[in-house]
Amino acid sequence: MATEPAVGAVPVAAVPADASADALSSARVRRKHFDQPVGWRLAGRYALLVAISAIVLFPVYTTVVAAFKPGDKVFRNPLLPDAFTLEVFSRAWSSGHLGQYLLNSLIVAVVVTAAQVVTSVLSGYAFALLDFPGKNVFFALFVATLLVPLEATLVVNFDTIDSLGWINTYQGLAVPFLATAFGTFLVRQVFLTLPRDLRDAAAIDGVGHLGFLRHVAVPLVRPTLGALALFSFLSSWNQYLWPNLVINEDERNTVQSGLRLLSKSNLDEPNLVMAGTVIAAIPIAVVLIVFQRQLVRGLTAGAVKG
Amino acid sequence: MTTDPGQQPLRTTAVSGRSRRWTEFPLAMAMLAPSAVILGVFILYPLGRAVWLGQQRCNTFGDVCRSNGFGQYVDLFRSIEFQNALLVTAKFALLTVPLGLVLGVGLAVLADKYLSGLGVFRAIFSSTVATSVAVASLMWLFLLQPSVGALANVDFFNALFPSVKDPGWLQDPGTALTAVAMSSVWANLGFTFILVTAGLQSIPRDLHEAAAVDGAGGVRRFWSVTVPMLGPTLLFVLIVLTTRAFQTYGEIDLLTDGGPKPQDSTTTITYFVYGQNSPIRSDPGLQAGSAVLLFVILLALSALQLRGIGRRVHYGD
Repeated sequence: MATEPAVGAVPVAAVPADASADALSSARVRRKHFDQPVGWRLAGRYALLVAISAIVLFPVYTTVVAAFKPGDKVFRNPLLPDAFTLEVFSRAWSSGHLGQYLLNSLIVAVVVTAAQVVTSVLSGYAFALLDFPGKNVFFALFVATLLVPLEATLVVNFDTIDSLGWINTYQGLAVPFLATAFGTFLVRQVFLTLPRDLRDAAAIDGVGHLGFLRHVAVPLVRPTLGALALFSFLSSWNQYLWPNLVINEDERNTVQSGLRLLSKSNLDEPNLVMAGTVIAAIPIAVVLIVFQRQLVRGLTAGAVKG
Repeated sequence: MTTDPGQQPLRTTAVSGRSRRWTEFPLAMAMLAPSAVILGVFILYPLGRAVWLGQQRCNTFGDVCRSNGFGQYVDLFRSIEFQNALLVTAKFALLTVPLGLVLGVGLAVLADKYLSGLGVFRAIFSSTVATSVAVASLMWLFLLQPSVGALANVDFFNALFPSVKDPGWLQDPGTALTAVAMSSVWANLGFTFILVTAGLQSIPRDLHEAAAVDGAGGVRRFWSVTVPMLGPTLLFVLIVLTTRAFQTYGEIDLLTDGGPKPQDSTTTITYFVYGQNSPIRSDPGLQAGSAVLLFVILLALSALQLRGIGRRVHYGD
């Protein structure tokens, strides 16, 4: 545990995610801050914060209001929740097949996340703690893949998946994303911060690289792996273009491609589409509320690239 | 584990460095293999193949292609369609990136003071990070649709902006791209806010206090302390937002389908390559060629931002 902050702090060196805790505790120590607004300035700041919050939440509000309205009421007073029904939700759930889509997205995202963490740990360890000929060349190739935008590869990847017979399958959705150079790089960076003595001591005790990886290295960098896992999960769950390319049977739609279908085929029933949107948004909202810390860490971790 | 070469540390000091390097080679290859295979097959190979495909011309069904020489890249880049897509994409980036940055920084600074209840506002400003592109776009589609949408059915809003009902902001060639940009700025706000807030919290309070003691007011402290200290964060956010703007697809697909026609006012490069209504939809050669051009443009932009702004960014210790 003692080494954990040191380990976790490095990949987010540019913007430490844990800084908030320090800032808050120091605020408690000094009772009043030198630039703390008071009086009218304080009221003004609250007014501004409330006004901006209202604007930011406005699209969410209109969505939720519409989702609970029956079809004949949705066009009247779209800002007022003056009618209430759950019928639209149950219709979006059943006729929109959202349960199936959510399950598909979950399966793909879980497989992709687990695979990305494992492949990143393995390759990150090789780059950080092993010494072998051609290491720099391999590392340069890995980093080079970070520069290639997804869009530049999908034309050919579609052909690859097609020739493998994986159109409309989970494999087709998941396999191209089972490894990531971002994850490799992130894990390498955090493994590099492990004290060299740790590995030497383990080696003297007769612990091989794989044993060291499993019992020492991975447990020490768990916060980083958590952030990577959340980042992988979100990226996979939010994929939009790729599922639209490789899925054309309703059965295998992900939430994103399923929402697209729901919207394109029900343009005159916005309440149905909005109910579907709410259903699709809830799982990620819950995930993010539970894993807030990992989110900040995961997002800021990308800053090491700069 | 008995075959693991790493468990003979004493020998490593005895043998030469060269042979030690080779003893770990098999293990390293085994550990790299899973990642290397995936990255090779699904990123490096497709990129190389796309570069090759990009100089091919295909028949109308897209199944018979022949080489047309690498001059095709130049022709494609100069074509009216690609130029339009490039212009639309550049406009979209200019509409979304500066505004997104300013809003993200502004809100983060606004929510950085010690006020009670700040956690609630932070949660609200971060909340859009939870929306996928489909969720965010559909929320905005409902807001902006001309007849069945929310804003079009709010009387006072209609009185203020008649164009929201007729012809509709997404249907008017003059406003469509701006409307899509609004939804995109909204969707990216949470991401920018979270990153900038984390960056702000890493700035030592003492710096602000020292500047205040020296007589610097709030505005002066913002430009002389906050902005320089946020340098690396801002550069990172700038590059990510620009890259995202150039890769915009989902918003276009759901909100406008690249239209309104015939100006193709919202056909971005990515929509030009993959969109349902794209003229090159069934031509793998031109699709791959455009995708490669997008890659080159993005590479150049990131390099430009890193060199132009990165040089002036101060990276603490």
